[in-house]
Amino acid sequence: MTGSWARIEHTQVDELRGPLMIVPAVAGVGWDEFAEIRLASGELRHGLVLEVDHERAVVQVLEGTGDMRPDATRVSFSGGPLRIPVGLDWLGRVCDGLGEPIDGGPPVIGAETAPVSGYPINPVRRAPPADPVLTGVSAIDALTTLARGQKLPIFSVAGLPHLELAAQIAAQASVGDEPFSVVFAAMGLTNADAMSVRDALEERAAAGELVLLLNLADAPAIERILTPRIALTVAEHLAFAEGRHVLVVMGDMTSYCEAVREVSSARGEIPARRAYPGYLYSDLASLYERCGRIRGLPGSVTLLPVLTMPAGDITHPVPDLTGYITEGQIVLSADRYAGGLYPPVDALSSLSRLMRKAAGPGRTSDDHLDVAAQTLAALARARRARELGELVGDAALSEADRRHLEFERAYEARLVAQGRTERRSMTTTLERAWQALSTLPRRELTMLSAKHLDAHHRPERRDAPP
Amino acid sequence: MGTVTRVNGPLVEVAGLTGVAMSGIVTLGERALPGEVVTLRGESATIQAYEYTGGLAPGTAVRSVGSPLSAPLGPGLLGGVFDGLLRPLAGVGPWLDPAAMRGAADGHRYAFTPVAREGDRLAAGAPIGTVRLDGAVAYQVLVPPGADGEVREVRPAGAYPGDAVVARVGDRELTLTTGWPVRRPRPYRERLAVAAPLRTGQRVIDLLFPVPRGGTVAVPGGFGTGKTMLLQQIAKWCDADVIIYVGCGERGNEMADVLAELAELTDPRTGGRLAQRTVVIANTSNMPMMAREASIYSAVTVAEHFRDMGLDAVVIADSTSRWAEALREFASRSGELPAEEGYPAALASALAAFYERAGRVTTLGGGTGSVTIIGAVSPPGGDLTEPVTTHTQRFVRALWTLDRDLAYARHYPAVSWAGSFARDADAVGRWQANAGGDSRWAARRGRVAALLAEADRLAALAELVGAGALPDDERVVLLAGRLIREAVLQQSAISPRDASCDPPRAAAIADAVLDVVDRCQELVAGGTSAAAIEELDFTPVIRAREDAATPADVRARRDATLSRLRETP
Repeated sequence: MTGSWARIEHTQVDELRGPLMIVPAVAGVGWDEFAEIRLASGELRHGLVLEVDHERAVVQVLEGTGDMRPDATRVSFSGGPLRIPVGLDWLGRVCDGLGEPIDGGPPVIGAETAPVSGYPINPVRRAPPADPVLTGVSAIDALTTLARGQKLPIFSVAGLPHLELAAQIAAQASVGDEPFSVVFAAMGLTNADAMSVRDALEERAAAGELVLLLNLADAPAIERILTPRIALTVAEHLAFAEGRHVLVVMGDMTSYCEAVREVSSARGEIPARRAYPGYLYSDLASLYERCGRIRGLPGSVTLLPVLTMPAGDITHPVPDLTGYITEGQIVLSADRYAGGLYPPVDALSSLSRLMRKAAGPGRTSDDHLDVAAQTLAALARARRARELGELVGDAALSEADRRHLEFERAYEARLVAQGRTERRSMTTTLERAWQALSTLPRRELTMLSAKHLDAHHRPERRDAPP
Repeated sequence: MGTVTRVNGPLVEVAGLTGVAMSGIVTLGERALPGEVVTLRGESATIQAYEYTGGLAPGTAVRSVGSPLSAPLGPGLLGGVFDGLLRPLAGVGPWLDPAAMRGAADGHRYAFTPVAREGDRLAAGAPIGTVRLDGAVAYQVLVPPGADGEVREVRPAGAYPGDAVVARVGDRELTLTTGWPVRRPRPYRERLAVAAPLRTGQRVIDLLFPVPRGGTVAVPGGFGTGKTMLLQQIAKWCDADVIIYVGCGERGNEMADVLAELAELTDPRTGGRLAQRTVVIANTSNMPMMAREASIYSAVTVAEHFRDMGLDAVVIADSTSRWAEALREFASRSGELPAEEGYPAALASALAAFYERAGRVTTLGGGTGSVTIIGAVSPPGGDLTEPVTTHTQRFVRALWTLDRDLAYARHYPAVSWAGSFARDADAVGRWQANAGGDSRWAARRGRVAALLAEADRLAALAELVGAGALPDDERVVLLAGRLIREAVLQQSAISPRDASCDPPRAAAIADAVLDVVDRCQELVAGGTSAAAIEELDFTPVIRAREDAATPADVRARRDATLSRLRETP
């Protein structure tokens, strides 16, 4: 990202406040232009123009304004919105939140550049998502199958293993024999978390299928406004120019939104809910909508944002606006994690809106959609039975209700519970789902056809070890 | 010609602009980004830009186009997909950069047949000719509002491009495609009372919360409540002549899905493809914000254009909340004092003015046409007390509230019977009794609504004391509530038979359930225990929506269940 533009250096800075710098007497500088800022110490920082008013530019400094002196700062503008090099060179690299290498290697270069803000995909040219991205995680593959081109977030709360799960998915995901890559954009992660993510993805990195962008918790907060945009720009090129299926993992989106709020507040903008700016929906959409498939072009971009819901509140603006844009959600449950379950997916609150397009005959397996529907219906019944049992005692439950409680235990033990490095094939996952369903008598399985029941329902295997 | 002085996202301030009017269109810089004048102060103006303004710098030249934002109205609309400014998207590449959006002329020719003759005296709204299209829509070329006089020239039947002059009336040349400023309602002769319902094919709506042609509906629902699914079902199956579907700040993949399905599905009434009666305006959430604001007005202007041909048009806007958010973002950037939750104080009046463009009218040409508006509302956090929801409720004639609990229980469409209303239900009831030929419609609606309300009340009680503690007649009401919910109100959007339900079949299903409920009540009154009735398998009646193809099939299932009830001890 070192500029090659003919630069006019501005040596006057009027104001420094929070992440903002105000530069007077600039001519011809446009909105959303990229800037390089040189401190007296020689340190290089980067900025984006948030507003130009006559000859006065408001610049957001991505690395923050700490240690900057108004009388000893030189600013040069790039003449346009930020572009980054794109291409296969990114694969296998580890960079910071601004795309600068931190793996000891040379700067990333590419024959082409692309603007980080991207262009919207023409809705007429979009191909509806279809076919699965198999994550190797049973709870997701079986019940909330991820479609190529989908955006499916993980909703979690602090203290749960959402990052481990995201890393596991990133490490294991595949699309059959077609070329596959992962772009992992970490925003506001602790060093310990980042290290475990790097470890989990080591194989993927060694295979040259990984781009890792790390904006850590001790890195400048404003920098993370750019991190997901760089990740998506790299991913779009890998997908639609290089023909790869790309999974972009972005987390923690709550940290990203807090950076957006910080800038908004420094600018004195009128706050909307919980002091987040009114344009947070559009801002998030400008990231989340950059997934999909395009008719006539190879590849796909699939998005897996990860966010922590402050105090577990799903109506908080970040999960709420995310839910309005994304195509479903995977919700993690603190209760089940406390009960020792990994991954602690709450299947009844989770949903993949595009599952119908990703799973079923010709995509995963003939019985998949029915098995998923039946599993969810039985879980809902089990949950009601459990609530009733808490009131009246399990002994007072009907036989059918008790069988459903037994099913719930089998479902967690055989289908959901999984090792953190264990990768399950779709066949294994469905076999395990049938094992759990086999704890129920056939008359309770009204959503499954006789053909599938004959083939897979094995009530005698109820007590077989998983 | 003026120059840019300030750029803040889509807000651009310009100095030295003379001779422009409010709502006038200007172009910014060499790339000619379109924008609209929203404030004038002496020779400086505030512009809302309709494209991404990255790189736009103070000092850039600004040109006035001289006219307000206009929608091109012509035969090319049907079957097309457009952005918020009604620019066609079909001829554009995969990426929407501002440069890609210019000059996408399609070169299509339209089969024009004149109906007026030279020497005729025509007033505004009178037809000059027709255009034959692939679909069933009878497309008329009309004398536009404000023009009248003697027909000096009419071109002979033939194929003409969209911008061709096909006639001269008085001193005006009439083209196949005409412009109309989107923020100005198109004129009509007089407003008419609404009566005939729009048939949506969704039982919960057609039976309980009908919307008349020319009515307005808001559909509030949090995420995951099936809002988009319900609107898509109506777009596909309702019996209007023309559908204008606006994806306003919504998901790109969903738009792709709508387009793919419309292209495949056949219109059950005409045999043509559904796409041929549909105009899609696609402004996904990552497309420029202010074009989202314009898209709502473009859509209703297109609907009025078809209304003026004597057709019934329906605008389906998903979602009006994103439009309101665009208003809010711009108000915030221009430093306007905020009202509730940061929305501008003019929000309520903007919503009211938009919904008032719906209606059933006598057109200038003397025909009858209508515009129906169905607007989704996406309340943040599912909070129905937020400003967009509460204001919208005041201005619409019907409300279909989607309930999260119903959606989580997989009860679709998740229209809440307790939280919805239809203020024109009485008018629809009178129409059903006369022109509709269904004299029992109003009574059926009343009975179903009363049973649902009573069942809800008793269910709340039963949660406290247990259903077993209720008297037998009340337990039968609980059963009735369950039967109505499962047999009548639930409807699967992916069911081949039940995705859309025609009025006779819907009436038969509701009547079958009411007859079964009546018999249960008689039995309990005669001493049969509620427990014995609850033991009975009601699956044949419940499954009628999926399995029974005709009203006669539904009645056969009812009779079977009634005779089994007769055998109950």
